[in-house]
Amino acid sequence: MKKYTFLLVAVVFVLGVSVATAQAITEINWWHAHGGRLGEKVNAIADGFNKSQSEYKLVATYKGNYADTMTAGIAAFRAKNPPHILQVFEVGTASMMAAKGAIKPVYEVMAESGLPFDPNVYLPTVTGYYTTSEGKMLSMPFNSSTPVLYYNKEAFKKAGLDPDKPPKTWPEVADCARKLIKAGYPAGFSTAWISWIQLENFSAWHNVPLGTKANGFEGLDTEFVFNSPLHVKHIKQLADWQKEKIFIYGGRRNLGNAKFSSEEVAMYTESSAGYAGFKKTCKFDFGTSMLPYWPDAPGAPQNTIIGGASLWVMAGHSREGYKGVAAFFNYLSLPAVQADWHQFTGYLPITTAAYDLTKEQGFYKQEPGMETALKQMTLHKPTQNSKGIRFGNYVQVRDIIYGELEAIFADKKTAQQGLNDAVKEGNKLLRKFEKANK
Amino acid sequence: MEKRVVFKHKFLPYILVAPQIVITLVFFIWPASQAVYQSVLQEDPFGITSTFVGLANFVYIFTDEIYLHSIYVTAIFSLSVAAIAMSISLLLAAMADRAIKGATGYKTLIIWPYAVAPAVAGVLWYFLFNPTVGIIALYLKIFGYEWDHSLNGGQAMFLVIVAASWRQISYNFLFFLAGLQAIPKPFIEAAAIDGAPPLKRFWTITFPLLSPTTFFLIVMNIVYAFFDTFGVIHVITSGGPNNATNIMVYKVYHDGFLSLDLGGSAAQSVILMIIVISLTVIQFRYIERRVNY
Repeated sequence: MKKYTFLLVAVVFVLGVSVATAQAITEINWWHAHGGRLGEKVNAIADGFNKSQSEYKLVATYKGNYADTMTAGIAAFRAKNPPHILQVFEVGTASMMAAKGAIKPVYEVMAESGLPFDPNVYLPTVTGYYTTSEGKMLSMPFNSSTPVLYYNKEAFKKAGLDPDKPPKTWPEVADCARKLIKAGYPAGFSTAWISWIQLENFSAWHNVPLGTKANGFEGLDTEFVFNSPLHVKHIKQLADWQKEKIFIYGGRRNLGNAKFSSEEVAMYTESSAGYAGFKKTCKFDFGTSMLPYWPDAPGAPQNTIIGGASLWVMAGHSREGYKGVAAFFNYLSLPAVQADWHQFTGYLPITTAAYDLTKEQGFYKQEPGMETALKQMTLHKPTQNSKGIRFGNYVQVRDIIYGELEAIFADKKTAQQGLNDAVKEGNKLLRKFEKANK
Repeated sequence: MEKRVVFKHKFLPYILVAPQIVITLVFFIWPASQAVYQSVLQEDPFGITSTFVGLANFVYIFTDEIYLHSIYVTAIFSLSVAAIAMSISLLLAAMADRAIKGATGYKTLIIWPYAVAPAVAGVLWYFLFNPTVGIIALYLKIFGYEWDHSLNGGQAMFLVIVAASWRQISYNFLFFLAGLQAIPKPFIEAAAIDGAPPLKRFWTITFPLLSPTTFFLIVMNIVYAFFDTFGVIHVITSGGPNNATNIMVYKVYHDGFLSLDLGGSAAQSVILMIIVISLTVIQFRYIERRVNY
């Protein structure tokens, strides 16, 4: 008898639990790569969504830096337990796209949810990076930025330059640098993210391709072409400028930021998302302006491309879960949410409405430097060369580019030789990716 | 007659070694076999498509200039680290062995750096030599030497060697000191009575008697330089500039975790595995025989 009582209790208990879960709110998992203050902001967004409705509960989890987060997501997929939403950096885009069984494209998620979704409200230069060549949105842009030129206004005054007239072209940059050096500054300018800014964005800004097949958007059989005369001219010029200290190399990633904040250089190209950081570390007044260009290049200036990360939806979840993801993406695209994210972080707003709202709020009057990036992104309608880039194994390719540029700047190779080698090695990796993703 | 302990029970010995066997299987044999298995596959990161490619991954890495360069860099790096860390620690140990006053304090200070995690050691040296804010880089600049390890491969290599050796000196010091103290004093005293000067005594008596320790440390230091210096490299140079400090273990991490090339990364781990196995074999062979003078 006792045995049966136990069984009965167990059955009731199990039934009770399953009924309870059926009624309970659906949990949506979001793995992201923002620690520190940005991480708090991400949690605030998740909280805001949770308070705005009662059907879903969004749980945001910090998984380390971009590479860690992507690796964690991949490992979770292999263990058949992926999160609903995974944040992936822009150079991981090709890998995610190729993983057809592992992801669910955003346009599908939105269509199946039945919720309203208009892809035209998004800024085309931001979403362009994450859409197919037919314009279908694959992942939801989240944090996007674009490089701009930062310049030290006080240094400009000391050197007898107009602090409201930053240089527009590369020859003007060199002139300003010479005057700055004459006024006692150790060097002219430096750059962060040299591959992203001085090659990838350089190509888009001058409307020349980085690779064939519309920078990889139209096929895996793409090849790099960044050893064109214009690219070689630019990199050679940077290398030559080192002798006069007009240009100095700042190291990988954005390790060179201290060169700008410690006034070793008075001009510096870095992501628009670096704005808040410079506000904190620079003890001088600085401004931003659009990236310099070569005036004799016919296509320049075009528009710049983005960097940052987007949100991918992973395969293998319930219908209800995907509906929750769609609801969250709609919440995330609200002008108020986007405008707040943009103003707090320096990342770009992803919708035109959020940009307009920020203008209306008078934000750019207080922080005019924050608008440069948007003006530059939306300068012209993007072309094949300025929509974005989509190359497989691009993390490795960037490292090759870093290595070759370092060899050029250390005077071990000529610009032509270094870029030729980078193209050759990069193409090998593209072929490897093509083979693995047939 | 030799005295031997013999287990009467049939299964007891197996039960007693079982935990060790299980741990070895789960934590060593299983992952190692996985690496070998991965190394003959070409797979997308998500494991959706997976093709058997035989030895193609090995062919690829051995025709890859970056990998061949990495082998060369690893050889330079590990030999330099072993040589520097061992010679300095031997000098310090020989001095500590003779110290009478304040010996404990002296020893403690030398052992200290061993408690510093590799990544922290990396950060420390990174800031000292940072071309923009580093104090040593600043002094070098004052004396007219342009320091920029983000561009100059030789300087970058020098810096990671110094940072990696610095930590290992403590470890070597401990072993050398113990080795020195185990050498019977009468040998040295006899030589002294015969009129051998201190340096001669060291090279003809102490050093040969120390050879088992030295040999053990050579192997340990090379293993350390191969594998444990990941944190130092990661923090200071990330393998740059232009792969000048891209040692093999860093490349495994980089290709596997950042580039998600699992097959290529696994093939590289297999190569490293072979190196470790051969180092271990050498060590057991010779340590068993005891290096003698």
